[in-house]
Amino acid sequence: MADMNPKKHPMPTQDPAVRAHNFEEVAMGYPEETALAEAARCLNCKNMPCVAGCPVNVHIPAFIEKLRAGDFEGAYQIISESSSLPAVCGRVCPQETQCEAKCVRGIKGEPVGIGRLERFVADWHNAHAAAAPEKPRPNGHRVAVVGSGPSGLTCAGDLARLGYAVTVFEALHTAGGVLVYGIPEFRLPKAIVRQEVENLRALGVEIDTNIVIGKTLTVDELFEQGFEAVFIGSGAGLPNFMGIPGESLKGVYSANEFLTRSNLMKAYREDPATPIMKGGRVAVVGGGNVAMDAARTALRLGAEQVSIVYRRSLEELPARKEEVEHAMEEGIEFKLLNNPVEVLGYQNPDDPRDPKNGFVTGMRCIRMELGEPDERGRRRPVPIPGSEFTLPVDTVVMAIGTSPNPLIKSTTAGLEVNRWGGIVVEESTGATSRKGVYAGGDAVTGAATVISAMGAGKAAAKAIDAALQEA
Amino acid sequence: MYVIKAKQALNPTVIRMEISAPLVAAKAQPGQFIILRVDEEGERIPLTVAGYDREQGTVTIIFQIVGATTAQLGRLEAGDSIQDFVGPLGMPTHTEGLHNVCVVGGGVGCAIALPVAQKLHEAGCRVTSVIGFRSKDLLILEDEFRAASDKLYVMTDDGSYGEPGNVTVPLKAMLEAGERFDQVIAIGPLIMMKFAVAAVKPYGIPCTVSMNPIMIDGTGMCGGCRLTLHQDGKAVTKFACVDGPDFDGYQVDFDEAISRGAMYRDFERRAYEKTCNLLNREEASHG
Repeated sequence: MADMNPKKHPMPTQDPAVRAHNFEEVAMGYPEETALAEAARCLNCKNMPCVAGCPVNVHIPAFIEKLRAGDFEGAYQIISESSSLPAVCGRVCPQETQCEAKCVRGIKGEPVGIGRLERFVADWHNAHAAAAPEKPRPNGHRVAVVGSGPSGLTCAGDLARLGYAVTVFEALHTAGGVLVYGIPEFRLPKAIVRQEVENLRALGVEIDTNIVIGKTLTVDELFEQGFEAVFIGSGAGLPNFMGIPGESLKGVYSANEFLTRSNLMKAYREDPATPIMKGGRVAVVGGGNVAMDAARTALRLGAEQVSIVYRRSLEELPARKEEVEHAMEEGIEFKLLNNPVEVLGYQNPDDPRDPKNGFVTGMRCIRMELGEPDERGRRRPVPIPGSEFTLPVDTVVMAIGTSPNPLIKSTTAGLEVNRWGGIVVEESTGATSRKGVYAGGDAVTGAATVISAMGAGKAAAKAIDAALQEA
Repeated sequence: MYVIKAKQALNPTVIRMEISAPLVAAKAQPGQFIILRVDEEGERIPLTVAGYDREQGTVTIIFQIVGATTAQLGRLEAGDSIQDFVGPLGMPTHTEGLHNVCVVGGGVGCAIALPVAQKLHEAGCRVTSVIGFRSKDLLILEDEFRAASDKLYVMTDDGSYGEPGNVTVPLKAMLEAGERFDQVIAIGPLIMMKFAVAAVKPYGIPCTVSMNPIMIDGTGMCGGCRLTLHQDGKAVTKFACVDGPDFDGYQVDFDEAISRGAMYRDFERRAYEKTCNLLNREEASHG
């Protein structure tokens, strides 16, 4: 009989006043007894709506059943049949719009904390499972994967399990893509990503860092080297700016740059090799998860005041609910229904050599109201004439999305891209206009979620396997 | 790891290294750059390719010791290794179809200008080179430039070698005398490139400059290397790592680039002093 408590067991978290000043993980994970108690809330429904809500279709009731029986390793094995990165997904998936949104328990109360249980199982495995997984028998085929972010790692993992010799090419010096340069330590510790990458290496996946496909090697050269298929998961590209005056002043960052400096280059540490502007007043423009990550990073770097500036209202904030709540608890101010019109900088009228010249001093914003719904049904924000005001700030972070990376399309003949530069694919397989070339993740969709990128990597792995087995 | 095959000091602060990086060496072209990290804790710095040997699989870098990372790199010797070395990044310098080019190099920028001059010269283009330094002590690559140029002007600001004055002096004189290059390619400090462009502009001769802004990934992800171009009265944002590093000098907003380049000046100075002290202490303790 299931536990009929309508509430999810709360996730233990670091105290907001403490965590606002450190980079350690905010959510500390369920202890074993809480995990068992939460697992007992699952009704083990026959029609399993949660599975359909998961982009990689993890067999959710089955793993929860194993968990409930105390077979944590068995639960892990079930998850890893579908997901290459359980410890990551348990932390960063927007479960409230996916598996948990479909949970029957959510109709009269809160859904089962599926993400929290997944995290518990994955962390248990990483802490306890000593034996390396058995390497699958090689099937004699070679596949190249471009990019070691969530879509690439998923595609690589699925193919390696089927016996493919997979090489992942990573442009940066560390594997993990957005999981290491973008998502901050306090939300996804880098040790977790390293562990997931090690798990793939143990399966036989080779990871070559410092290789930029489209520059160091081209897609065509990968085929010449004997790879029979190529999956492109090269991720988000150039950051978008608003096109307002003052965006080149010193102290204006893209979220990609701000987060990369802090995460990948470890600028958050004492005495780092890579600089970052710390302290003062920070405005983050945007309302997605990346904006929340940037705002909370700025706070932890020592900012006195951090504001999210978003042109719509709370209801339309695209970030995960949990991230918004955490940000609010930590003291991030939400300046909603505001839109920047200009970034202001210092200029000493008497001294063109004043070292303070060119640094940000403020941001002009205009208040907005919600007007008629647009074609997607979201109410369109409309500026209120004459409502401009100046927000005094020292740093501005633009977190308003990215456009797909330009390097591969410019060096791969016959690879069709859309108007925004995203690679055109057949959605169910990731197949591109080039034979043997597949793609997925942000390189196709523009900025989206980790799990949707993983779903695309998984679909492509299946399609690559089908194509190569047929050949 | 990437092994340092050879090291040579070109002057007291400028060092040439040949780094074993076969994949980069196979593709590198004049005008492109690499990004390196000295060690596991290091920052990523971009350096423009100063040469390559496709058979040996080596890439030449020439750098001036100006900060913590270059100081650390400068202490390494042949046989040592560096942690990361990735490239070639950015677009090659456009050299096709040119017949009469003036290559202008300033200071350590000459290291980047040299392979451009060599490529043009080998392709049969008439190359006039103007290289400038603050003083004789800082002179580099004179013989190499002489071999790659039909005519060479060597300038020093203090007149201690060659002709006195900066690089715009002979450039202006040639243009005034009626010389009509198809293209001027200016590579050096921002302020030098700004003045080279100003010197060429009255004659309407195309002038390419090589931008070297602060960047992190170098692959079109972080956006830190952005600069403003003024195209037909409109300000357009471009990214040096994927759109450049070469740009039309007439369009570049140099004042903005100079300002942005100084964003971390205080941090950089402190890091440099600290690294020098640390390296000196290490050297003292090892005798």
